[in-house]
Amino acid sequence: MSYLAAPPPALPQAEPKLRPAHLAPAHIALVGTPNCGKTAMFNALTGSRQKVANYAGVTVERKEGGFVTPAGRKVKLLDLPGTYSLRARSPDEEVTRDAVLGRLPGEAPPDLLLCVADATNLRLAVRLVLDLRHVGRPILLALNMYDIAQHRGYGFDLRRLAAELGVPVVPAIAVRRGGTEALLARLDSMLAAPAAATLSDWQPRGRTAIRAQQNEADRIIAACVTPPARPDTVTSRLDAVLLHPVAGLVILLAVLFLMFQAVFTWAQPPMDAIKAGFDWLGAQAGQYMPEGLALSFVRDGLIGGVGAVLVFLPQILVLFLFILLLEDFGYMARAAFLMDRIMGGAGLHGRAFIPLLSSFACAIPGIMATRVIDSRRDRLATIMVAPLMTCSARIPVYTLIIAAFIPDRTVWGGLQLQGLVMFGLYAVGIGSALGVSFVFKRLVWRNSPAEPFMLELPDYKRPSGRSIMFGLIQRARVFLRRAGTTILAMMMVIWFLASVPRPPADADQPAINYSLAAKIGHFMEPVLSPIGFNWQINVALLPGMAAREVAVASLGTVYSISAEDEQGADRLGRTLAGKWSLATALALLAWYVFAPQCASTLATVRRETGSWAWMWVLFGYMLALAYAAAFATYQTAVAFGLG
Amino acid sequence: MSATLAALSRLGAARLGFRGRIRALDASGCGRALPPAELERRLLEMGFVEGAVVEIRNQGLFGRDPIAVRVDDATVALRRALANAIHVEALDPTP
Repeated sequence: MSYLAAPPPALPQAEPKLRPAHLAPAHIALVGTPNCGKTAMFNALTGSRQKVANYAGVTVERKEGGFVTPAGRKVKLLDLPGTYSLRARSPDEEVTRDAVLGRLPGEAPPDLLLCVADATNLRLAVRLVLDLRHVGRPILLALNMYDIAQHRGYGFDLRRLAAELGVPVVPAIAVRRGGTEALLARLDSMLAAPAAATLSDWQPRGRTAIRAQQNEADRIIAACVTPPARPDTVTSRLDAVLLHPVAGLVILLAVLFLMFQAVFTWAQPPMDAIKAGFDWLGAQAGQYMPEGLALSFVRDGLIGGVGAVLVFLPQILVLFLFILLLEDFGYMARAAFLMDRIMGGAGLHGRAFIPLLSSFACAIPGIMATRVIDSRRDRLATIMVAPLMTCSARIPVYTLIIAAFIPDRTVWGGLQLQGLVMFGLYAVGIGSALGVSFVFKRLVWRNSPAEPFMLELPDYKRPSGRSIMFGLIQRARVFLRRAGTTILAMMMVIWFLASVPRPPADADQPAINYSLAAKIGHFMEPVLSPIGFNWQINVALLPGMAAREVAVASLGTVYSISAEDEQGADRLGRTLAGKWSLATALALLAWYVFAPQCASTLATVRRETGSWAWMWVLFGYMLALAYAAAFATYQTAVAFGLG
Repeated sequence: MSATLAALSRLGAARLGFRGRIRALDASGCGRALPPAELERRLLEMGFVEGAVVEIRNQGLFGRDPIAVRVDDATVALRRALANAIHVEALDPTP
């Protein structure tokens, strides 16, 4: 009776009139192997009543949802990370193990374990159930994708399976309306009459025990499941093309090209709309409030700050639409398969490919997408190099400086020099990402072994619109919550530095020149002049912390020119060309390849790694690289007489 | 079936399309990252147990690595170095 004494009490036999709805909610933990459709099941049961957070002290995502059973019993459903065994090889799997065993701090021990299995692929799931039985809690096994399995010609003796396993078994179709009816009915009967719990005698299994468990699982499946007379060949036929050594890579590149295009083109109209909306809001504020510090706070700090972050929401949604679709279809694991050797050379996991690619749009969704990497070491390595990929926010800065300083002529028979420089900046970003990851592998993780590359390639299936929609809503929520808290706070600080103190009444220079930011700009001169930066650049770097492209507007402010419109940007370019040396311009480009100039990215790294330390490591190494690169560029250029 | 380990081949060395039955697992010398016993446990947990039928379905471009192996109803991708831990006896190819 170890756990029944815990808060949710068993239905007292003497009070049959007590309605189930009056009972404390039942705690149910959702467990299953990866790719079993567990997330779809979670969505089907809880609908939109979901809360996503992190477990206390670890960076593992905690997903909880609520629902009410047909009989009126309230249920709190905890979605645990997918795992092949309770042996816990990663922080995610430790959470699953501890939650199942009821020893996760701050979590109520589960009253029931709902184990989800892919009916078309039962071997590993049945072994997991055999392992779970030792925990001593009631288990309900749901054979998910039951319709697909029947369609493929599998036959199931559910009664025998339940008898062999000693746990109730129900068929389920998570992605179909009404596909969880049998499951809910069985849940009700199990919750109404809780089975006597036994003490947990679970312990980590060694090789011999895992073998024995798998052999037992295989025996049970042989006895209860009739395989189809003719195996399904859709997956193997698709794989013959999609995993083809050459064609597979070409298709992958095409898919990525499409994704990249979509992130830029599809997201543009809503991004413009959001930007216009916030500009309008700012203008409204200007109409109703007197000019002064309060207006500046509301318009530039609050509205401008939130707008600068929210504008990335469409890109994030388009990107995640692709990621979720590919994941649901079963292609994501294949992309990892195709890229494994290429990424592996730099010490990155095959799965790091998509997050790194996403970072070309913006490092924030890229870093969020690293959640597809299971191993913490590999995930950290990816997060650490993702901001080196040239994000779209660097483009305005690159464009401005290239247009102003790089002559518009062709070289080497037809190649545009300006385009070549732009391409070079991208290439330096990619090259340095691979290099840094290689160094990290050699220095930081020298002693912690890389996870061996081994992952299941799930059978292809049609993506479920419902699941994709829930996934998108969830990502949007996570991003908005962050934008509303950490990121907004950072924006405020930067606004404060750029606006306080106010210029004197007889000011003849832009307001920013009197601010703390300007003082810091002058203060930084001794440090930054060896890399060719004047104090105006230093000042522009500070507001640029909010978002890199803000640096363009800031340079405009400092040089008293509006860079709002095309003409303004042109004029700014001409002004800069007159005031800066080519060496300074090149140094600034080199600086921007590496500089950790994005408060939002740093805040995201802090959130996703769950540690300030990793954020500072990222900030430190990128700053060092930026300084070194700008220094080398400037000094070389000066030596060649370009100063 | 008293085939000795020496008479068996390693899955990591097999050609594309190879089909065979697992006879033994031995992960010693198959990777410096983790101890052999742990590698063996991980292979077992992905369904690579003695008696299971495996087939190499796909392989990568560089060094024919990694490989996609069908194990009963599941497909598992892994590096050839690790697949060398799986000792197999050849079966007739699927008709």
